[in-house]
Amino acid sequence: MAAADTTPATAGLPMPKIRPARILLWTVLFIGGLLMITPILFMFSTSLKTAGQIYDLRLIPQSPTFSNYVKVLSEGDFFRWFLNSSLVAICVTLSNCFFDSLVGYTLAKFRFRGRQFVFIAILSTLMIPTEMLVIPWYLMASDFGWLDTYWGIMFPGMMTAFGTFLMKQFFETVPDDFIEAARIDGLNEFTIWWRIAMPLVTPALSALAIFTFLGNWTAFFWPLISITSSELYTLPVGLTSFAVEQSIQWEMIMTGAALATIPTLIVFLLLQRYIVRGVMLAGLKG
Amino acid sequence: MAFDDTTRAARAPRLNMRTRRALWVWAFLALPVLFYGVIRFYPTLDAFRLSFTNWNLMSPPKFIGLQNYREMFASPDFWQVFRNTFAYLIIGTPISLLLSFTVAYFLDRIRFGHAFLRALYFLPYITTASAMAWVWRWFYQPAPTGVINSVLGAMGIGGMDFLRSTTWALPSIMVTAIWAGLGFQVIIFMAGLRSIPQTYYEAARIDGVGDWAILRKITLPLLKPTTVFLVVFSSIGFLRIFDQVYNMTTNDPGGPLGSTKPLVLMIYQTAFNSYQMGAAAAQTVVLFTILLLISLLQLWILRNR
Repeated sequence: MAAADTTPATAGLPMPKIRPARILLWTVLFIGGLLMITPILFMFSTSLKTAGQIYDLRLIPQSPTFSNYVKVLSEGDFFRWFLNSSLVAICVTLSNCFFDSLVGYTLAKFRFRGRQFVFIAILSTLMIPTEMLVIPWYLMASDFGWLDTYWGIMFPGMMTAFGTFLMKQFFETVPDDFIEAARIDGLNEFTIWWRIAMPLVTPALSALAIFTFLGNWTAFFWPLISITSSELYTLPVGLTSFAVEQSIQWEMIMTGAALATIPTLIVFLLLQRYIVRGVMLAGLKG
Repeated sequence: MAFDDTTRAARAPRLNMRTRRALWVWAFLALPVLFYGVIRFYPTLDAFRLSFTNWNLMSPPKFIGLQNYREMFASPDFWQVFRNTFAYLIIGTPISLLLSFTVAYFLDRIRFGHAFLRALYFLPYITTASAMAWVWRWFYQPAPTGVINSVLGAMGIGGMDFLRSTTWALPSIMVTAIWAGLGFQVIIFMAGLRSIPQTYYEAARIDGVGDWAILRKITLPLLKPTTVFLVVFSSIGFLRIFDQVYNMTTNDPGGPLGSTKPLVLMIYQTAFNSYQMGAAAAQTVVLFTILLLISLLQLWILRNR
């Protein structure tokens, strides 16, 4: 930065801080960005319109009303689906944060017979697509009576190879001296992991938590298969059944879609920095 | 004698500590090993096994050898689905990578409002795919309802059928999928661009190399690992496309006339609408094989670097 500023000055040129090309570039990128969020803007806009107004394609509704939201929330099961999605996403996230970290730590910080084998075995499951497993999962769940239960939605995702691999990478950066010192102090291995090592990898842990949460919140395929009763639908599955029922009442469908999207937008706005950094971390490690 | 005793005495607690540590290790790994065995490896083998059986859930599975595969490869429906799936992949991947690289390349040079612009591009990625599929479905409706057709109409261009046309339905759904994944690719490309040392660029500028040559000779070659990762990631995403297709064609999933149906939707219908578990398992084996080949291709390309 400093170098870039001094070069033109030493060359005796005026400092062209804002160049027209830059302004043009910025404007083009800004228009592109607006196009990217157009569907989201229209979704919210239409959710605030009455049935009679939806053919009026102005982005800002003439007389915005929340009546669609009131109607959808009171008539539909959206509130229930919202709770279902939250419960499933939170439980799976907690489980992943616990087990993926524990396994990642064990593989990173212990030397034991079978370590390489366990690591390769877990890593190799990355190659197996979920779609291949759903039929056996479905049969397994039906044998154990897990179909149409919360546990039935959650069990396939309780641990992931991706999370384990991510956490292992980060635990490898924790100095062995810390762990040795804690051992000399007489802490047991579980306490060392939980109290000493875990606080040192919070950036990775928060990235894992955000991904697992968003991934499970938006998950569609497996919940669609494993759940049949409407009270147990997650939000995406519930939205599909709601939208099919509404047929062409687009303002109602947009309201439902908005309700399904708002939580992810809130998560994004609150945690934007962590999410972007997490995507970079995960993308580059993966 | 005494020497022997002291070493044994010194070694005893060490060995003891080592076994104790091994106990901790396997206590930590007990549940995970069980999980990966029962929820990952057993179902994988089970999928292969089922693919050789004829099973409708009513009567016990019957071993029929390769018949599921033979029937699948002889069926024109399968090949249509196969073509559709690769149409998503082969058209979708280059377009989305070209778009995301262009955005990342220029966004990387912007300082003013950088985080804001980045957020605009990234936002669609974190939305719920099935919910946004309905928004796009609404966009694609005929004139008075659909936004796109209304805009086209205002410009004097006649209505497009989009989701109702066997030609345009697949590209229309593909646009939705590209839109949803673009933000992720932009972020990854920007991370890749950042990891190229600035000194390379400075040296090139001192030598008087132009922007275009820098892009071709420095940026793109050094970005190869990132690009390969994204090609693979995006290809796998398109191979597994489901949420958008299912939600945008609920009245006739995969329609019109199966023109948008991807492999995963076919698997879903075979297994959970027709309850032909064996045939569906054979289809999943095909999906698995394609994914495996792509992953191996990635390893091979990166090794030849």
